[in-house]
Amino acid sequence: MNRGLEVQFEQPGPIPLDVAFDCPPGEMLALVGPSGSGKTTILRAIAGLARAQEGHVTCGGRVLFDSGKGVDLAPQARRVGLLFQDYALFPHLSVLDNVRIALLGLPEEEREARATAWLARTRVAGLEQRRPDQLSGGEQQRVALARALARDPAVLLLDEPFSAVDQVTRHRLRLELADLAHSLEVPIVLVTHDLDEACMLADRICVLHRGRSLQVGSPGEVIAHPATAEIARLIDTRNIHDATVTAHAGDGAWSEITWGGRPLKIRHAPEHAIGETISWCVAPTNVLLIPDKARREDGENGFDTRVIALLSGGALSQAVLKCQAAPGLLLHMTLPTRVASRHEIRVGRELRVSLPREAVHLMPRARPRPRRDPVGG
Amino acid sequence: MDWLAFQVSLQLAAATTVILLLFAVWLARVLAWKTFPGRSVIEGVVALPLVLPPTVLGYYLLVAFSRDSLLGRLYETTTGTTLAFSFSGLLLASLVYSLPFAVQPLLRAFEAVPVRLREAAWCSGLSGWQTFWRVELPLAWPGLLSAAVLTFAHTLGEFGVVLMVGGNIPGETRTLAISIYDRTQAFDDAAAGTMSLALLGFALVTVSVVYAVERRRRAPKVPGRLA
Repeated sequence: MNRGLEVQFEQPGPIPLDVAFDCPPGEMLALVGPSGSGKTTILRAIAGLARAQEGHVTCGGRVLFDSGKGVDLAPQARRVGLLFQDYALFPHLSVLDNVRIALLGLPEEEREARATAWLARTRVAGLEQRRPDQLSGGEQQRVALARALARDPAVLLLDEPFSAVDQVTRHRLRLELADLAHSLEVPIVLVTHDLDEACMLADRICVLHRGRSLQVGSPGEVIAHPATAEIARLIDTRNIHDATVTAHAGDGAWSEITWGGRPLKIRHAPEHAIGETISWCVAPTNVLLIPDKARREDGENGFDTRVIALLSGGALSQAVLKCQAAPGLLLHMTLPTRVASRHEIRVGRELRVSLPREAVHLMPRARPRPRRDPVGG
Repeated sequence: MDWLAFQVSLQLAAATTVILLLFAVWLARVLAWKTFPGRSVIEGVVALPLVLPPTVLGYYLLVAFSRDSLLGRLYETTTGTTLAFSFSGLLLASLVYSLPFAVQPLLRAFEAVPVRLREAAWCSGLSGWQTFWRVELPLAWPGLLSAAVLTFAHTLGEFGVVLMVGGNIPGETRTLAISIYDRTQAFDDAAAGTMSLALLGFALVTVSVVYAVERRRRAPKVPGRLA
């Protein structure tokens, strides 16, 4: 019997859904997608606050929802811990009572003891008698987390848990949550529009767009190998281009594609016929800088480029490079800021970069780029 | 001072307040949180007693109480008496004409309770009843208090409808407001003056209480209380 969470939803509208994923106990799965991609709706449907037309939810072997069998448990009966985006603390109750209220039915002393213990574990001990409006955003989040966990939930759902706090607090809360998540033996589903946050915290991510789950995998896997160009765009892989397959090595060592007239060596990909048009991508972090003193022919798939834009913020810098031989071809590169400054990278500088063959990822050819979501980012 | 009329008024106001609040809490919650066709019509019907002349309301109530109507016939066959010109009829009329005073403060109060908080309560395992008692009502109580005070005061002071459906039967339908009218007609200015003063004082106190409660609800709770 699967002890984890299994989710499958389908409905044509009003919010279209077509999702399927699972999450074993102790794992954190992040649902990532732009605003309006149905993330929160999915979370609410798992909690029983919204209802999908078709599908099922099982958790720890219990059926919470099954449209086929007519099972639809009330939120109270689902044993789901939900951390709301705005925390939804009860404003008329003290911090302690906010957690104690989730333990109705237990003897009085046990409620008190468990509430106090959870508040200590989420690091808000000492604030028991405060009211929610006397707490900082970070403290409110910790109290809400304690309330969600107090009932010993079978699954923990986190709805954009860091969106309502400032950046410094966000960083600290992420570390605390990562720490806490490791000690919990329940499936955890995190909803976020921030891919970096998802990659930082989650064991696996599920990419959503317009209510469809497009790809589920470890962050590294999804980022390096997006299944389609659509996914690659959603996860902000900036280097997505079309190319033609032009050769396969007889010994199976490599294949070759041609991009804007430039040949690129890639891993052996005999599944694509010669002459086929495909999309390819390379993560900006895999565009490698070749130091000036190295030999010109060093590095695989080398390009002579010129920096046409540079954003240096925090630990990472982002550069846009124009290929010298073919000015229409652009490459996006992400590199540590200290590396960028050591190599004196600035706008206008000439730069040689390389695209390692194992970093070049092929995908079915993308349809013409869809227009931006009217829902906004 | 017509103490008998005072007693009738108090009984009527108390009974109306208790019955109406139970109904109004239910109705206000439905109107605040459920969307259904005809919602605006119901809200309009609730507000009607505010804009209708009391005589119009009284007239239709008398029609409803008559032997020709289903309600009137049903009441007469079960109790043997008529609704018109009886305390029961008066109570029924009060429930209608005080309806907006009970429903509207409660509706505003329940609308101000965020849906998120009710959902958080359900996810914390609270049943519908527990959510009502422990989350909704504590957050909406100023509205409940306003509704109670306004309903009581308005029932105590209503004149037109009471005269139409109740008449002027001592100990049964003669309320304080009717008695004031009665005494004025009889040129008993002393009695009319005393009773008017009593009603004026009561109205002033209740309305002040409502404003004080409303202000407390709007005021931020924090400043100066941080330990």
